[in-house]
Amino acid sequence: MEGLPQGVQRLLALARAVPEKKDARGKTRREPLLTRIGNAAIEFWKSSGEMFGFMGEAFGAFAKLLRGKASFRRSDLFLFIQQSGADALAIVSLISFLVGLILAFVGAIQLELFGAQIYVANIVGIAMVRVMGALMTGIIMAGRTGAAFAAQLGTMQVNEEIDALTTMGISPMEYLVLPRMLALVLMMPLLCLYADLVGILGGVVVGVGMLDLNIMEYYIQTRAAVKLGYLWIGLFHSFVFGILVALAGCLRGMQCGRSASAVGDATTSAVVTGIVSIIAATAVLTVIFNALGI
Amino acid sequence: MHSTLEVKNISKGYHNHMVISDIAFTLHKGEIGCFLGPSGSGKTTLLRTIAGFEEVLSGEIWVGGSRVASRGFSVPPEKRHIGMLFQDYALFPHMTVFENVGFGVRSMKDLQKKTYIMDQLSTVGLEGVARKYPHELSGGQQQRAALARALAPRPRLLLLDEPFSNLDVALRERLSMDVREIIKEQRATALMVTHNQQEAFAMADRIGVISDGSLQQWDDAHAIYHRPANGSVAAFVGEGALLPGTVIDSRRVECGLGILEGSFSSPCPIGCSVDILIRPEDVIHEDDSPFKAMIIHKTFRGPNILYTLSLRNGDSVLALVPSHHQHRIGQEIGIRPQVEDIVLYARGEVCLTEMPDPNERHKFQVHC
Repeated sequence: MEGLPQGVQRLLALARAVPEKKDARGKTRREPLLTRIGNAAIEFWKSSGEMFGFMGEAFGAFAKLLRGKASFRRSDLFLFIQQSGADALAIVSLISFLVGLILAFVGAIQLELFGAQIYVANIVGIAMVRVMGALMTGIIMAGRTGAAFAAQLGTMQVNEEIDALTTMGISPMEYLVLPRMLALVLMMPLLCLYADLVGILGGVVVGVGMLDLNIMEYYIQTRAAVKLGYLWIGLFHSFVFGILVALAGCLRGMQCGRSASAVGDATTSAVVTGIVSIIAATAVLTVIFNALGI
Repeated sequence: MHSTLEVKNISKGYHNHMVISDIAFTLHKGEIGCFLGPSGSGKTTLLRTIAGFEEVLSGEIWVGGSRVASRGFSVPPEKRHIGMLFQDYALFPHMTVFENVGFGVRSMKDLQKKTYIMDQLSTVGLEGVARKYPHELSGGQQQRAALARALAPRPRLLLLDEPFSNLDVALRERLSMDVREIIKEQRATALMVTHNQQEAFAMADRIGVISDGSLQQWDDAHAIYHRPANGSVAAFVGEGALLPGTVIDSRRVECGLGILEGSFSSPCPIGCSVDILIRPEDVIHEDDSPFKAMIIHKTFRGPNILYTLSLRNGDSVLALVPSHHQHRIGQEIGIRPQVEDIVLYARGEVCLTEMPDPNERHKFQVHC
C-alpha cells in the first residue's frame, strides 16, 4: 500500500470508510454436488414419467382412431400432411443432395488410392438408403416440423385455447396431437424415400463429374449394392423418427408454460429432444439390426 | 333451492405454499357469483380448480349435485359440463365465429344445429358477423363471440376469468350489463373472478371477497359495501377512512365526527375502543353546518370531488361533494355525518398506514 500513488491511497481510504453492505450481495450459494445430482435425478425421473404418460395417451388416441372414434378435423390432417410433406421437399432435396455429394467426395478420395472409384456407388447407395436418408430427414423434420408443432401448441396453451377445448369436452390429445402425429408418421417414410433418391443423385454427380464414371455403370453398381432389405430398414428408421419427432414436438408444446417466452423454450426443447431421441434410436436400432444379422 | 355449485372447504397449493385455503361457498341455480380480490389473491387458481385444471389438496367440489373433485379424485374438465370464458377469449383463430360457437355443440342434427347456433349468435347480437374470423372482430365482439361459444353447449356452470379486463372502460361497463342480461336470459349459473369492484357490483348477485387465498366474506353487493365483515374487506371494497372512537352505549359511539347514532355492525361493550368505517358518502357537505373540517387534499372526479378532510382532533375523513362546490386546499368547510349503520371493528383489528402516493391517500392499507 505504501508504494501506491497518493491519489490511489486517498481513493482506497474513501472506499474503506464505508462498511460493506451485507445484504446486497447475491445469496445464491451453490448447493453441494450430491444435492444437485439428486435434484437432477428426481427431475429426470419426473420428466421421463411425463414423457411415458404422454406416449401412453398418444397411443390411446391412436387406438381410438383405429376404432374410428377419434374426433379431429380431416381438413387439419390434410393441412399438416401438406406442411410436413410437400412443403419440406425443397429443404430435404438440398440437404440430402449435399449429403450424397459429401459421402461420395470423402469416399472417392480414399477409393481413388486403390483405383476402386466405382465403389463410391456402393458407399453412397448403402449409406443413404440404410440410414443417412432417414437420419437426415429426421433431423430436418425435428428442426422444421417438430419445432413448428411445439410453437403452435405452445401458443395455443398461452392463449388458453387448449383449456377452452378441454372445457368443451374435446380431448386435445385427439384433436390437436393425433392429426399432427399421423401426418408426420405418414410423410416421414415418403420423405425418406425421396431423400434416398436425391442423395444417390448427389453421388452420381461426383461419380460422373469427378471420377469419370459412366452413368450406366454407376446405376448398375448401385443396383447390385443396395438390397431391398436396406430400403425397408431405412424406411423403418424414418417411421420411428416420425413418431419421435412428432411426440417431442407435441409433448413440449403441451407442456408449455403460460408466457410468451415459454413458447420459445418449448420450441428449443422440442428440437433438442427430437434430435437426441433420433440419434439414440438410431444407435439402438443399429445394434438390434446387427444382432439380428440384417 | 337446488345448488349448482357447492364448494366445501377446498385448499390448493404448490411446494408448501398455500394459494387458496379452506374456501367454502354455495352458488344456487341461476345466480351469478363473483370473486373479488387483488392480483395474486388466488382467485384465478380457485376458478381453475373449479374448472378442473387443478386438483384440490383437500375439500370437495360439487357441481349440479355430483361430486367432481376431492382429495385424490378429480373428474376431468371435459366431463364437468362447465363452460369457461377466458381472459383473452381464446377463440379458435382458424374458425369463423359460426364454427367457433358451434364447436362445442354436438348431439344435434345439421339443420337444427345451424338454427340453434344462429339463435345463440342473435342473443349476443352477432348474427351479422357469423362468417367472419375472430381477428376481423372488435374486442367487444370477440368477447360476445366467446360468451356465445361458452354458453352454446348449455353448461351446468359458466366460469368467467377476468372477462372484461382487456376492454376500455366505457365498453366494459356496457358489456358487463349486457353479459349479465344474457346470462340471466339463458338462466345460466355463472361464477366470475375480477379485481374490479365496479364490475363485480354490476354483474353479481353474490360477491366473495378473497384475500391471501382465503374467503373473507360471501354476501350480496350491498352487504359487502355497507357491512364489510372485516378490515380487509373494508379496505379492498370502496373507499373510506377508519376513525378511532369509543362506544358510549349500544347504539352510540363517539369519535372525531362527534357522536354517531345507529345500529352497530357487531356488538361492542360500553367503553370499548373501536375503529369506525366512514365512507366518503357518509360525510355530507353543508355550508351552514357548525361542524368544520379543513381540506387537505382533493381529487376531481367529474360529477363530484373527493376531499380529504382534517378534523379538529387531527383525524382525517373523506367526503364526496358535488363538483360545483369548488373549495381550495386549506379552506374550512362545514360537514355533517350521516351514518345509519355503523361499521366498527375492535381497535387493533385493522391497522392503517398512509399510502405513499398522495393521490392514493383516500385508500387505506391493512398492515397488521
